[in-house]
Parts: sequence; structure tokens; C-alpha cells
Amino acid sequence: MSQPDLIIHDEKDNVGVVVIESTKKGQECSAWIMENDKTIKVNSTNEVPLGHKIALKDLKEGDTILKYGHDIGKVVKSIKKGEHVHVHNVKTKKW
Amino acid sequence: MEIPKSFLGYRRENGRAGTRNHVIILPVDDISNACAEAVANNIKGTIALPHSYGRLQFGADLELHFRTMIGTGKNPNVAAVIVIGIEPKWTKRIVDEIAKTGKPVEGFHIERTGDIGTIMKASKKAQEFSQWASEKQREECPLSDLWISVKCGESDTTSGLASNPTVGNLMEKLEPFGVHLCFGETSELTGAETVCAARGATPEAKEKFMKTWSSYNDFILKEATDDLSESQPTAGNIAGGLTTIEEKAFGNFQKIGNLKFIDVLEPAEEPKKGKGLYFMDTSSAAAECVTLQAAGGFNIHLFPTGQGNIIGNPIEPVVKLTANPLTARLMKEHVDCDVSKILSREMNLSQAGDELIKTMLRVANGRLTCAEALGHKEFVMTKLYRSA
Repeated sequence: MSQPDLIIHDEKDNVGVVVIESTKKGQECSAWIMENDKTIKVNSTNEVPLGHKIALKDLKEGDTILKYGHDIGKVVKSIKKGEHVHVHNVKTKKW
Repeated sequence: MEIPKSFLGYRRENGRAGTRNHVIILPVDDISNACAEAVANNIKGTIALPHSYGRLQFGADLELHFRTMIGTGKNPNVAAVIVIGIEPKWTKRIVDEIAKTGKPVEGFHIERTGDIGTIMKASKKAQEFSQWASEKQREECPLSDLWISVKCGESDTTSGLASNPTVGNLMEKLEPFGVHLCFGETSELTGAETVCAARGATPEAKEKFMKTWSSYNDFILKEATDDLSESQPTAGNIAGGLTTIEEKAFGNFQKIGNLKFIDVLEPAEEPKKGKGLYFMDTSSAAAECVTLQAAGGFNIHLFPTGQGNIIGNPIEPVVKLTANPLTARLMKEHVDCDVSKILSREMNLSQAGDELIKTMLRVANGRLTCAEALGHKEFVMTKLYRSA
């Protein structure tokens, strides 16, 4: 049960949350999936700070971001696996 | 962990129990603040609750004003109340309702007397109340006397990952003891509204929730001039990694664990269906929400924060927890319970829930919260619309 770099809520999620102070460019991150207790690896392409999200797969404009196994918004600018996911490439579907 | 079956509280005349023993000086309206604060300054052991409203309000907004004033006075954390208003009629209405609890309450109005005369009369009564209350002793009360409200603030992704689920874990463990529980933040369930509605214990509760949420959402859409970026999520939320209201909502929703809610309350409404979890229609702004929950009769509050919200309340102790290791380190003086080890997996959720139960019971027994020690007493009335 080593310390994870990322935590993923649900197996269906396409993003993980950084739980260390920051990832390094190119860092191979171990990502713990809370739902099924599995660990996967993903390379962080940028420095991403604590609490921010990293894409677990390539995502294109119009795709849905899944977190907690639920829809939390839409991709407005394509995102590569390992990239930082935030307000610059994802928007709400609500307001 | 074996959960303690009781805490040390103040038994009140109406059978409820308080975690605190405040004597409050309650102004009915904005212009009576000066008088109320002067009385609290004169008489030690009392606290004034100044606020900005109470004049020319009407309809549902006025009813909410009264409900908040009366509920605050009735809260079991309050031993006795001095009510001060400009006019006799509204002052009396509040006094009469608080008096139904059996606790000492007295009203004063300023018209035809002026501030100085009113301060003198009210101070004499406040001294009597303060000395009377100071002799009250804590006694053993069952856990079911705890009415626990929850609200998160300055959330970030660590809230949804760890501190909110810690509150959910506490709820799951304490619900069988017959506690009352309350969550709110109507607008911050946007995106998770159908998932939340499904947690209604009855078809009526589900329907009432959806009606409440839709009405709030319609209001936001009507008043919005942009996509609400920087309002929801806030700049602090975004700095902490939260991207959309939906993400914030699913994080927020973790606070109720696997529980179902039995009823939907109006803002500041007292629950009447017995033990269990209630949803209250509230603003998502911290001080407004906690003020409404305290007015609903809740006597201890749990407040998970990510980036470090510092809120307190004058009558309901606010227990703060965080799972963000930076917040726990940099804002230590605001954190009652640090659960950041969940993120490094040095602590599991159940252990964190136990820690929170222990911290909450120490506070229920009398330990000052960080917010109390730092002097936070944000009393913020919710106003529904412009005055007449």
C-alpha cells in the first residue's frame, strides 16, 4: 500500500487527481483506483499540482469527462493522455 | 472503535440539549445593532448577533427573517435571550415564539426610549440572565441529542476524495444512534441533482428535492450574466483543481455517505419527522448556510474544507476538517481534524471517520473549536429579494 501519485475515484473515470505536491514533467505516476483497489500507471506530460486532474486517455472535443463514474463536463479542446485537465480544456454542461 | 454513547451537554427546559451555553443579545433589525452590541459590551458572558436586515421586508422573505431570528433564539446552544428591536410588534413576535421553549427571554424596543435608556434596561436583564446561565452544569446526554449539520467550503478535489467522505463515514456510523443530520447547499448539487434526488427516502422527499433544486436553478439561470465562472466554482475551487459545478457537486454529495434523506426543509425550518437525515434548501455560501442550519435547531456543525475556509458561527460550534496536506500545514490554526493522511493511504476512511467522531465529541463536551478560539462568529441572514 505505497503512497499513490494519483487517485482515481471510479473504474469508469477518464481522469485522476494528483495527490502529491506536484507531478514532474514526464513522471511515471502510480494511480490508485479507489473503487476496485487496483493501481495503474500513467505518464504525466506536464507539471500538475496537488488536486488537479490528469487525463487517463486521449480525449477529443465534445467528449465527456467522467469522475466519480459520473459526467462532470465536456471537453472543449482536445486532450492527450497524461495532460493536465482543467478550465482551459473542459467546461460545464450546466451553466 | 467503540463509539461513546453519550456526551456532556446542557439540558434545556424543552428537553433538547445544547453543546454550548450562550446568552445572546439578538437585534430584530439593522438599526438595533448598536444597542445590542452596547449591551453585550456591558455584560460579560453575553454575545450580540448583529446583522444587516429586518426592515421593510415582506412575504416569504419576511417569514424567513422571523424564522431565522426565532430559530436562533430557540437553539439549545442558547441559554437565554435578550431581543432588541426598534418597534414593539416584531420584537414581541420573536420573544413570544422563543418563550415557547421555556427558556428565559425578554424583549426591548427602542422607540420612545432611545438607545441609552434601552441599553440600561436591557443590560440589567442581561446581567441577570448571564449570572443565571453561568450556574448551568453540563450533564450526560445520549448521542441522540446531537443535531449535526454539515456544509463544505473552499472545496477542492481533496474534499471529494477524502474530507467529505470522512463526514459521510461519520454519518453512516452515527445515524443508528438516532442523531438528527442535515445537509444543504442547493445550488452546489447542480450536476448531481438526479443522483441526489434518488436518495430521497420516499417519493415525496424525492419530488420535494427536485422541485426545490429546479426552483433555485431557474433563479440562477434568470439572474446569470455569464457562465458563472469565478462564482461557481469559485476562484479558490479552481485553484484547488475543481473545474466545473458538476465536479464540485459530486464531491459535495460525498458528505452524506450512503444515507437517504427523509425530508426537505425550507431555509431555517426545524425538522419535525424525528431522527435521521434532512436536506435543507440553503445558499451555498458558508456563513449563510450555517446560520440557517443553526436556526433550524442544529447544535454542532462539521465543515470539511479543501483550500481553507475559516468560517465560524456565534452559537453553533463549527468543527473543521481538511484532507489537503498544504492547508493542514499552512492553516493549522483553522483545522480541528486533519485527515490528509487518507491521500497518502496512511489512514483509511473508517479511521478518519473515527477521528472525526472523537474530535466532534470533544467539541460537543466543551472544547473550543479553532473558529471559536479565533473569534469567528459569522451570523449572516439569507435575504430572498429586495425590501418593499
